[in-house]
Amino acid sequence: MKKLATVAASIAAALTFSAAAQAATLDDVQSRDTLRCGVSDGLPGFSVTDSDGNWVGLDVDTCKAVAAAVLGDADKVEFVSLTAVERFTALQSGEVDMLSRNTTWTTTRDASLGINFTGTNYYDGQGFLINTDLGVTSATELDGAAVCVASGTTTELNLADYFEAQGMSFEPVLYDTSDQTVAGFEAGRCDVLTSDTSQLAALRIQLSDPEGAMILPEIISKEPLGPAVRQGDDQWFNIVKWALFLQVNAEEYGVSSSNVDDMLESDDPNVSRIVGTSGDLGSLLGLPSDWGYQIISQVGNYAEMFERNVGPDTPLELERGTNALWTDGGIMYAPPVR
Amino acid sequence: MKHNLNSTQRSWFNINDPRVRSVIYQILIILGVIWAVMTIAGNVVANLEARGIATGFRFLGERAGFGVSQALIEYSSNSTYGRVFFVGLLNTLLVSAMGIVAATFLGLFVGLGRLTPNWLVRKICMVYIEIFRNIPVLLQIFFWYYVVLQTLPRPNQSIALLGDLVFINVRGAYAPRPILESGIGILTTMLILAVVAVIALTIWARRRKRDTGEEFPVLWTSLGILVGTMTVGYIATGQPLVFEIPELRGFSFDGGMRLRPELLALWLALTIYTSTFIAEIIRSGIQSVSHGQTEACRALSLSERQRMKLVVLPQALRVIVPPLTSQYLNLTKNSSLAVAIGYPDLVSVFQGTALNQTGQAIEIVGMTMAVYLLISLLVSAFMNWFNKRVALVER
Amino acid sequence: MPFTPTPARPAPISQMGVIGWLRKNLFSNIPNTLLSLVALYVVWQVLSSVISWAFINADWVGSSRADCTSDGACWVFVSVRLNQFIYGFYPAEARWRPNLAFALLVGFLIWLAVPRIPYKKLGGILALTAFPVAAYFLLYGGAFGLPVVPTSRWGGLLLTIVLAVIGIVLAMPIGIALALGRRSNMPAVRLVCTIFIEFWRGVPLITILFMASVMLPLFFAEGVSIDRLIRALIGITLFQSAYMAEVVRGGLQALGKGQYEAADALGLSYWQKMNLIILPQALKIMIPGIVNTTISLWKDTSLVVIIGLLEVLGQVRQALADPNWLGFPAEGYIFAALTFWVFCFSMSRFSQYLERRLDTGHKN
Repeated sequence: MKKLATVAASIAAALTFSAAAQAATLDDVQSRDTLRCGVSDGLPGFSVTDSDGNWVGLDVDTCKAVAAAVLGDADKVEFVSLTAVERFTALQSGEVDMLSRNTTWTTTRDASLGINFTGTNYYDGQGFLINTDLGVTSATELDGAAVCVASGTTTELNLADYFEAQGMSFEPVLYDTSDQTVAGFEAGRCDVLTSDTSQLAALRIQLSDPEGAMILPEIISKEPLGPAVRQGDDQWFNIVKWALFLQVNAEEYGVSSSNVDDMLESDDPNVSRIVGTSGDLGSLLGLPSDWGYQIISQVGNYAEMFERNVGPDTPLELERGTNALWTDGGIMYAPPVR
Repeated sequence: MKHNLNSTQRSWFNINDPRVRSVIYQILIILGVIWAVMTIAGNVVANLEARGIATGFRFLGERAGFGVSQALIEYSSNSTYGRVFFVGLLNTLLVSAMGIVAATFLGLFVGLGRLTPNWLVRKICMVYIEIFRNIPVLLQIFFWYYVVLQTLPRPNQSIALLGDLVFINVRGAYAPRPILESGIGILTTMLILAVVAVIALTIWARRRKRDTGEEFPVLWTSLGILVGTMTVGYIATGQPLVFEIPELRGFSFDGGMRLRPELLALWLALTIYTSTFIAEIIRSGIQSVSHGQTEACRALSLSERQRMKLVVLPQALRVIVPPLTSQYLNLTKNSSLAVAIGYPDLVSVFQGTALNQTGQAIEIVGMTMAVYLLISLLVSAFMNWFNKRVALVER
Repeated sequence: MPFTPTPARPAPISQMGVIGWLRKNLFSNIPNTLLSLVALYVVWQVLSSVISWAFINADWVGSSRADCTSDGACWVFVSVRLNQFIYGFYPAEARWRPNLAFALLVGFLIWLAVPRIPYKKLGGILALTAFPVAAYFLLYGGAFGLPVVPTSRWGGLLLTIVLAVIGIVLAMPIGIALALGRRSNMPAVRLVCTIFIEFWRGVPLITILFMASVMLPLFFAEGVSIDRLIRALIGITLFQSAYMAEVVRGGLQALGKGQYEAADALGLSYWQKMNLIILPQALKIMIPGIVNTTISLWKDTSLVVIIGLLEVLGQVRQALADPNWLGFPAEGYIFAALTFWVFCFSMSRFSQYLERRLDTGHKN
């Protein structure tokens, strides 16, 4: 009888109700020993599953960095793939501890959805991909075009705003996922495909004839993409925020996964604060003192994360551009770790 | 308490009295329902407040800011969310109506095919039914959209039919569009008069049949009246109706009428899926009329057509209509799968895009559910009325 | 001379055998002959092109896109992804667990469905008590040394079966309760049950799933979060129980009024009347209806793809999006269609078989 009771209790505990108290996400994550992270259901370079079913991508690594800082193990993440529509509810309801799903930081989302953006892990902007044989060289010539766009995104709003501002008409052709927009574009259902420029490059290489398509020069929007957490848990907000800041700082001071063990000996106070050998910043955040070391050794700094997932050696072939460090002419800037 | 006189306990409260127990049960159930509703409502309010989510229907008056590919009423990205709601609702009603008409005809055709003496036709109809009935309609929508319609040629290589009047390509099907010019008013008046004449004729024919038993060819006469009036009127008023023919211009075809592939795929899938159920309903309805009726008809030397029209169908309809209505309802509800291929129906534009932009789940999902509930309540009201009208009066 | 009748002459050759059959069924008159010829031509056209695409010109073995050289179907696409279509992202080393659970399910179904096997009652009790517990620990883990496999890794056919089986098993008792409630003579109970049933029946499943995925979290007290699979299951169960209630109500109504009156006359209480007289008879009438709702539910599970759960159809769509395998939508969708079709068709045949077997000949 007692055994039956335990069984029942464990069923109830494991499957139905997992307490996710508003105020102590950190405690929940630690007692569960896994981080639940909401990611996109398939976006090359940001979050996709490889053929073995492992999640990879920039957004995925952002989750892993948090898991490394909190749990000391970057693999203790349970990825929950979320559609565009359900992502905010999943975060609000506590189904996921953090959202890292190439989500654009906007006023409405910050103010009316009960969530907080913690930073930007990729500065993006929306552009157009078009067939070269249409002879169009500028987005201003797109009057009357059919436009393939993923539904339920800010992309859809920017598109309407842009055509409205230019006084042009268009026919939106909606798809669930970015892969389907490519299929629609490839089939000729639409003349133009619009998405964040980081995606356009990846989508272009999926075409059977990548040379036959080009990206138009116009960037029609700002898309700061970043992780978000629930409002009302400032400790957790700080942890997610500083996990990313630490990676940017690490790049700035030349700390990477390959040299982080040597850096433990470093005399540079900036570096030793990053790897946690001086100034116990971890305990201020409620984390172990080696949180920085864990992030860098297991996930790497921002540059590594970028190169591995979206950089020039990946199919996406993206340059750092605006995402370069502020010292290199970009706008990637993080407050100091001290 | 008359019924309780024999009992030793005369108190009005007797737990052994079924009526008392029934009252207690009902009070408990009502209290339970009230408790559940209050708890949920309380939680919702607390959650919305705690998470800082906006509430209320103010968003309906705000600018939507996104485009919709097919709108039966005027719509632009400057329109409000309220207008998005109506655009979506009309698109839902459009595809449902198209699907209901087509599925009824196809289902009738296949259902009768199941009853023909021709063995091959019977088997083909059976295979058709067994295949398409057992595959999820969502999968069929995907199949038509992604496998069939997206492999059609691009606009500049369109398939031209009927001598360059109708074009088919990956962007949809294009056909000439009628344009109304002056003089159309007279033509419309003539049409109305013709319809009135046809109705009058039908009533007269029915009376005559009731009184004398003689048949009058109502269908052919009516067709003759309608077509004749319209032809004479069209020529007499100086041909006020011209057609705008679709032309390849700019990115794609311009002018004419257009059936978008999203609508086409949804229509095809809903029609084919529902027609298999309708075919079975029609077959079993006709078979439910007992064979004795057929034999009686033969004994009265009614022709095959008369047998069908006067004896079998009126009786079969009683069996056919209720399940047929519920199939129509199913088709309407299944049209919500439009969201999977981006046809802008109510669920797709309102519960999809609008919900995602405003984040007001409770209001938007609630409004969407209310629409479908209203439709199904109206249809069940009709069905109850019909059932009362045609029910066999037994005993 | 005794009378010896001449033996009856055989029927004319044109009336019997293959020729007779053909004459009677295909070529009885001119319109019929024309119809047959047209139909034959259509069948030939369809079959020949389908067979040459799907079988003769198809590629069956290989491991990558390059192995598909002919112009027919590329079944390599399906065979490479087959494991994902069946198990989703369920870890490869733990796949024996769903296999075992499925084998148990099939075992119980055979036990309950084949008339010759005895101890039906024991089978029923075990299937409703021991099996769910065993299946839960097999699939989810967390006890007996089995590592936990979070539901986010479940997918494919496994998920379809989980959703359909749990949905139907939970909907059954709720449906019976609702149907009894709707026919109750207590007005409040009747009202509550009727509203409940008509509400869920009037709304498309996709809206319900949307509600389950987007609104349900707001219904619970703060800090309570529910696994998304459970949320989908709640939606499916509520939807299904309303349909089940209507099937049960149909069965109850099909019983003659005399049965109720006879039970009342014997002085049976409400529950005795239901358990001993009404339900045993009504359930028999309902079985075909129950199988039919099960078939619809089986097909409806494909809708969860819209809220991001990847059952068979979802997995196929995911695979179709793989940049290395673009361009095989026909193969993918036909595979998914075949999977659904096999299950639904065999269930519908089973339902017809039951209808014949249970038909005791005296209908009310």
